[in-house]
Order: sequence, then structure tokens, then C-alpha cells
Amino acid sequence: MFTHFFEGFGSYILLLKKVFSKPEKPSLYYKQTVREIIALGFDSVGIITIISFFMGAAVGLQTAYNTENPIYPTYLIGLGTRDSMILEFSSSVAALILAGKVGSNIASEIGTMRITEQIDALEIMGVNSASYLILPKIIATLFFNPFLTLISIIMGISGGYIACTTLGGITSKDFVYGLQYAFVPFYITYSIIKTLFFAFIITSVSSYQGYYVSGGSLEVGRASTKAVVFSCLLILLFNVILTQLLLK
Amino acid sequence: MIRIKNLYKSFNGRIVLKDINVTFEPGKTNLIIGQSGSGKTVLLKTVVGLLEPDSGEIWFEETLFTKLSFTERKEIRKMIGMLFQGSALFDSLTVEQNVRFPLDMFTNKLMEEKTERVNFCLKRVNILNSNHLYPSELSGGMKKRVAIARAISLNPKYLFCDEPNSGLDPITAILIDELIKEITEEYNITTIVNTHDMNSVMEIGEKIVFISDGVIYWEGNKNEILNSDNEKLNDFVFANSLAKQLKMKS
Repeated sequence: MFTHFFEGFGSYILLLKKVFSKPEKPSLYYKQTVREIIALGFDSVGIITIISFFMGAAVGLQTAYNTENPIYPTYLIGLGTRDSMILEFSSSVAALILAGKVGSNIASEIGTMRITEQIDALEIMGVNSASYLILPKIIATLFFNPFLTLISIIMGISGGYIACTTLGGITSKDFVYGLQYAFVPFYITYSIIKTLFFAFIITSVSSYQGYYVSGGSLEVGRASTKAVVFSCLLILLFNVILTQLLLK
Repeated sequence: MIRIKNLYKSFNGRIVLKDINVTFEPGKTNLIIGQSGSGKTVLLKTVVGLLEPDSGEIWFEETLFTKLSFTERKEIRKMIGMLFQGSALFDSLTVEQNVRFPLDMFTNKLMEEKTERVNFCLKRVNILNSNHLYPSELSGGMKKRVAIARAISLNPKYLFCDEPNSGLDPITAILIDELIKEITEEYNITTIVNTHDMNSVMEIGEKIVFISDGVIYWEGNKNEILNSDNEKLNDFVFANSLAKQLKMKS
């Protein structure tokens, strides 16, 4: 089992070495990156917006029900929603969702290219297929996922605000006061740093799973599942490591 | 010219190619024939560098390809065009973008020049008014022709075709064969075609290499193949009953 793990890790590192080698023609990579920003970034705005809105609403309502005690000031609901969204939900939970959407997309796209010999065709032409296919995806997600996190924070807090002021029995003024109370700007930086790590994990792990597929459609499906599972596990692991390192 | 010397290739201890020695000449359609699983595709993929040989030498003219590094091989690869069994067109690109891809990647030509070249290549393979179609919108024969257009867009010196007729009806298959032969002669390309289609052998087989169990058993041309007394070759060539009857009569 350990041999298998180290073999896999070794080939993952070798793939990254190929990915980050000098591009053949930077202008083509630029165009490809723009395409990936649209495919992997813009196309994820919808799902992130909807999920974050309802996540924020649920977090807000749960905080409201759990602090239904005269001892606790009602503005805590706003504060709790804000910090939950910024510290955890908009980075980690959104990353888990993106691992499902973007990760499976990347693994199946590259995997299908592998089994239909499109990657071989690139190699025959003398193109560094790993770099051409994977580098633009990594750059695109590193560039765009922080925006997705910011959108998620805004939508989550908005969801919490609407749910709590209409259903949770808190005034708009108290919720907004809670949002502003004891705000630590570094939390945003912390969230963005986590997002960058998670974006790299999702893209590189999923690409690796797709790139080394052999066989047919069944194997592409398996690679897609593995991409999501390994990305999620690594996201959760790095979530703990980064939290300990950054918030200590 | 491509020369292969003492080539061996194995997978997990199972030898797939044994002591392959052969020369493929320019301006000729060189055919590698043999049953499925005989090692044809492995040989082709080893020659183009998609697989590394265990030992042996592959020469492209006076360059020893097997000793070159990944970067050094790029220069040779720019001179190679390859037609894959499944065409291997890029799904996300249109016909025009597929054929233009090598030009975009390896030349600094103006867009007008590239478009002119793309249209020339597409016209050469008889694909007209389909520039903006995607591969999923093409028939099997059209995909093969677009793949040939892409393979010749950079004026290659070497053309490799892996089962160019698989999945095609007999008429389209003959058209593809003729196209490969014409292009080979027109541009004096060294062409290597992997096939188990006897129609192709009789149509375009100027040099034929018969491979079985990873060993070359016979070399010759389409005129010699019918009169060979090589038992393994005859089992392959006259496998169907019609061919057997014809052989008996002759």
C-alpha cells in the first residue's frame, strides 16, 4: 500500500514538473487560460451563488435558534454568520463543492482525451501535453477561485441576513451591527489563502487522475470519482494544517 | 528514411517486439501487416516515441532518435504527422482550428497565411465547406480526412497511420488509402501504415512487412505477397474462404 502511495506521489510530482516547464508558445497558453477561466470559473458562479445563499441562511437560522437566550445579545447571530462564512463555509465548503463540479469535469475531460489518443496526438506534434492541458487550468482556478470565495461570502451573509430578519426574529440593525462587531480583516486574507491552496489541489489532483487514465469509459468514470474523493480528502487535511498555521 | 535496428520491447516481462530490423523508404507507402495483438501498434508507437524501447535503435535519416532527449526529439516530431485509429481530433476545436493547431503552435505565420494553408490542406483531402463544424458533427470518413489534413499541415517528412481504415465502409476505405498513397508520392514522405485490411495491402502496399508475435516473418511488396510460400503469411493473407478458393484456383 505504501509502495503504491509513493509511486503515485512520485508520478504526481513528475507530472507537476512537466506542467511547469517552459510553454512552447505563450500566446496560445494565454488563449487557453482565458477559455478555462470561463469554463471553470464563470460557469461556477451560479452554483456557488445559490449554495452560498442557502448555506448562509441555514447558518444564520441555526445560530439564531442556538442563541435563543436573553443572556446572548442578538447581534451574535450576525457575527456568527459572518465568521462562519468567512472562516469556513466560503472557502472550505465551497472548495468541496467545486471539487465535485470542477474536479470531475477536469478528470473526465483529460481522461477522455487520453483514451481517444488526443493526448498522444499532442505529444506526436512535439507539444508538452501536460503543460498545454493542465497549466491553463491551474492558472485559471488560482486566478478566479478567490473571486468565487468573495462572491460566496457576500451571498452567504446576504442569505443569513434575509433568513434571520424575516424568519429568525432579529432586526436588521442588530444583524448589521453583528456583522461589523469585532471584525478581523485578516480572516478574509486567511480565507483567500486557503482558497488558493484548495484551487491548486482540485486542479492538479483531478488533472493527474485524468492524465494517467488507461482503458475505456469505465476507467474515465473511476478517475473522475477518484479525483473528487482525493481532492476532498486533501482539502480537509490542508484545511486543518492551514488553520493551525495561519490562525495560531 | 527510417531505419530500425535490433529493436526489443516488452511489457511486464512479456516480450512484444523481438529483434525488429527493417528500413522504411521515402516516397513509398510502407505497410506493417499482421493479426490483432501481433505488435503492429506497439511497433508504430515505439517508432514515433510514444513508447520507449527496451533496446535497439531507431534512425530518422542520420539522427539516432532513441538517444535524443525529450527536448531534442521535438525537432524530429515537428516533421512527423500521425493519423490515429480513432482520428484523435480535438473535440473542443472546429475542423479549421484542428488543422490550424500545428501551425499556431509551431509557426509564426500571419493568420491569413495560416488560413490559406488550412484551406489548401482541407481541399487536398476533399473536405469543403466544413471549416466550422466540430468533430462530433463529422462522419468517420470525414474525421479521417480532417486528421490527414492536420497531419500534413506542417509538410511532414514522415507520416504514420494506425489502422486508417478501421470502422470505414469499403468505398471510403479505398478513398482514404488512395489519399495516403497520393500524398506520400506527392510530397515524397516516408509513410508507415499499420493495417490488417487486405484491400489496403493490395491497393497501396509498395513495401509490406508482415509481423506475427512480435517478430518480422516476411518482407516484400503487393505482387510478391500472393505468391509467397511463407506459411504464417499465407495463413494471414488467405484467412477467409473466398481468398482460399482464389488461391486454390490460381
